[in-house]
Amino acid sequence: MKLKSHFKRFLAVLSLLILSLSGANAGVTNIIPFGPGGESDVTARMQQPYYKSIYNDDIVVQYKPGGGGSVGWSSLNSEKGDGSVIMGVNLPHIIMQPIAKGEKAGYKTEDVNVFSFFHYTPDAILVEASSPYQSLKDLLDYAKQNPGKLTFSGSGTYSANHLLIISLNKKAKVKTTYVPFKGTGAAVQALLGKQVLAEAGYSTVAAKQGKKVRMLAVASEERLPAFPNVPTFKELGYNIVSGAYRGYALPKSASKATVKEWSDRIMKINSDPAFIKQMEDNAFVVVNIGHKDVKKFMKQQQKANKAIAKELGLIK
Amino acid sequence: MTNIFADFLSSLSLINLGLAFSGVLAGIIIGALPGLSATMAVAILVPFTFALEPSSGLIVLGAIYTGAIFGGSWSAILINTPGTPSAVATTFDGYPMAKNGNGDLAMSISCMSSFIGGLVGVICLALFAPPLASVSLKFGPTEYFWLAILGLTLISTLAEGDNIKSLIGACIGLLMSMIGVAVVGGDIRMTWNISFLNSGIEIVSAMIGLFCIPVILDLTSMKGKHLSDSETPKNLRLKESFLIVFKKKFEAVRGALIGTFIGILPGAGGSIASIVSYGEAKRASKNKDNFGKGEPEGLIASETANNATVGGGFIPTLCLGIPGTPPDAVILGALLVQGIRTGDTLFTQQSSIVYTFIFGLFLATIIMLPLGLLMGRYAYKSIIKIPKEVLIPIIIFLTIIGSYSIQNNILNVYFMFFFGLVGWILNRAGFKASPIVLGLVLGQIAEQGFVQAYIIGNAQDNILANYFARPISIILVIFILMGLFLPALKKIYNRRKNV
Repeated sequence: MKLKSHFKRFLAVLSLLILSLSGANAGVTNIIPFGPGGESDVTARMQQPYYKSIYNDDIVVQYKPGGGGSVGWSSLNSEKGDGSVIMGVNLPHIIMQPIAKGEKAGYKTEDVNVFSFFHYTPDAILVEASSPYQSLKDLLDYAKQNPGKLTFSGSGTYSANHLLIISLNKKAKVKTTYVPFKGTGAAVQALLGKQVLAEAGYSTVAAKQGKKVRMLAVASEERLPAFPNVPTFKELGYNIVSGAYRGYALPKSASKATVKEWSDRIMKINSDPAFIKQMEDNAFVVVNIGHKDVKKFMKQQQKANKAIAKELGLIK
Repeated sequence: MTNIFADFLSSLSLINLGLAFSGVLAGIIIGALPGLSATMAVAILVPFTFALEPSSGLIVLGAIYTGAIFGGSWSAILINTPGTPSAVATTFDGYPMAKNGNGDLAMSISCMSSFIGGLVGVICLALFAPPLASVSLKFGPTEYFWLAILGLTLISTLAEGDNIKSLIGACIGLLMSMIGVAVVGGDIRMTWNISFLNSGIEIVSAMIGLFCIPVILDLTSMKGKHLSDSETPKNLRLKESFLIVFKKKFEAVRGALIGTFIGILPGAGGSIASIVSYGEAKRASKNKDNFGKGEPEGLIASETANNATVGGGFIPTLCLGIPGTPPDAVILGALLVQGIRTGDTLFTQQSSIVYTFIFGLFLATIIMLPLGLLMGRYAYKSIIKIPKEVLIPIIIFLTIIGSYSIQNNILNVYFMFFFGLVGWILNRAGFKASPIVLGLVLGQIAEQGFVQAYIIGNAQDNILANYFARPISIILVIFILMGLFLPALKKIYNRRKNV
């Protein structure tokens, strides 16, 4: 008798737990192909309350991490195409992974049915606050005099950070050393700990770290509202506008109407002044690339990334 | 000071107390189930905390995290499966204790040790966060490399029985750690064109497979009960466990300090903390030979260290904005969404939120003690009482749920079973699971550190200096040499003395 009651209680706890886990699956699902805590997750979280207030429905964030996003993207087209599931997509990842890994990436760029990009984090060059380099010119002068000695930390290989250094090396005719780390956090740690002379990071690093770092240049079209004193690469004579773009995709089976509807939803959240303010405060740059413009934009990005891939010797 | 006192009082509000209580409760259960990790527990609950005051939300997240790290010790003790990766070292002595009929004792000791570890971690967080954060910045790629090597040398200390077989096991683990896309260089290694393997071997599902499946298979194939009952099953053996922990108070504090220190190193984490602490405890102990056979001291070392990483990990998270552990990354994201900036200014400009949070962690740690003791007794009894025919399917069910939910991917379940089979075969041949897992965990850290240090050293035209001429590196190298040669030197010395 006693045993039975023990067992029953055990089962009750177990089923409660499973219920609470599965209960989290109401509403529409937004699959983030990375672990929690990254920029893709944070911006998806920022969208949640706006989506709820406009559409009176929950948008539930789920994670399917692995392979720098490729595990998620290679499974995207087997999800339901009725609009109940969307998946986060990132540039340059969905272009560079198939180029760098070929079939081993598990998906092709064309397989990812992107319907919008809603923001990007511009690439940036940062130094630690006590560093003697006050401007990008100082830093590049050092690199010119000491080929290969200027070290940059950055997140990952063939990532946006890495591509920035490749372009900069070419455009400024310098030779520098890029040191890949696992994730932005580790790259920042190396910068603050003076393991490297500079970081190839994102504008968001400057927003998070405040006075501990100095952003020397940012790869956006225009200066960022949160950093009016930081020049763009363009102003400094290097035509680089780059960064990590984040948006969403639907499975290929989704109808045109579903694609349009979802694109409109994301763009509607993007037009909310409070949302824009929250994004800008954290140095995210809001962009409005909806379903009509997304194909053209992808073509531009593919062209630019292929040029860099040639530089790297990944393609001929 | 009056401000801090006010923060303390506000953390004591009824709602915060209730939240801390339910957070710890939920955390313990989630942590105890293999595969449901602290990271996931925190991630699931983040959206709910947005409805709360920022500080209350943080208290819940901290409480869940604290509970989950402790809860991981239960399955480690009762079914030889670390509920969270940081409980790996808890299996070394926890499970043998349970096998010997001291499961209830082990549960109580683990709770008290986690309490001490958690407390030391939180106190360090409250008092020394900014200076300790600057220590973590002194750790560059070189230091991470040597730290990982230090962990690997401990395998010889941890090994019971066959040293050669544990070394082979560690090498298998190291080879497995190289599967996938290299962080530095981007090469694709040993993936056999399976794109799932691009991200490397998923450690938690491998761990569930290697540790848990062999236990289940053995249980199924053997007659008799899972764990033998202790002679005094009714009480908590509170007094006995308290006396043991009290007698080992210095060892407990040492474990907690090791845990706090490793916690402040982003990316190192609770698994390394508990292993290093266990290794040091065994090296320093008088009961060396009893380690691995159910020595409470080993359990204390592991459990104090892993709970201390909770407080320790928040130091770089709050001071530098760099997550100390994976659950910290989730909490950092939650802070960002709520508009709270981490970094220098957090302790000055938004200090009230920080201190409320630290008091919340403190509170959660205190709540964990009675709650953990009570629930632990209940969990132990359930496992003892449930007949094997019911227990085995439940455990298998949990391993499947657990390995699926890590990445919401069925492939993880297949891999878990694959590793289970491999683990069982290796187990039969005398290879233990722990050196393999150690190789898997430490291999990635060692490799990245080595290559990054090489690139940086190469850029500075002085590769050797970058490995050997940095102060912390020198200390770590000395520890490594001591670990490798002290036992041999001692033997020689003893032999001479006897002659």
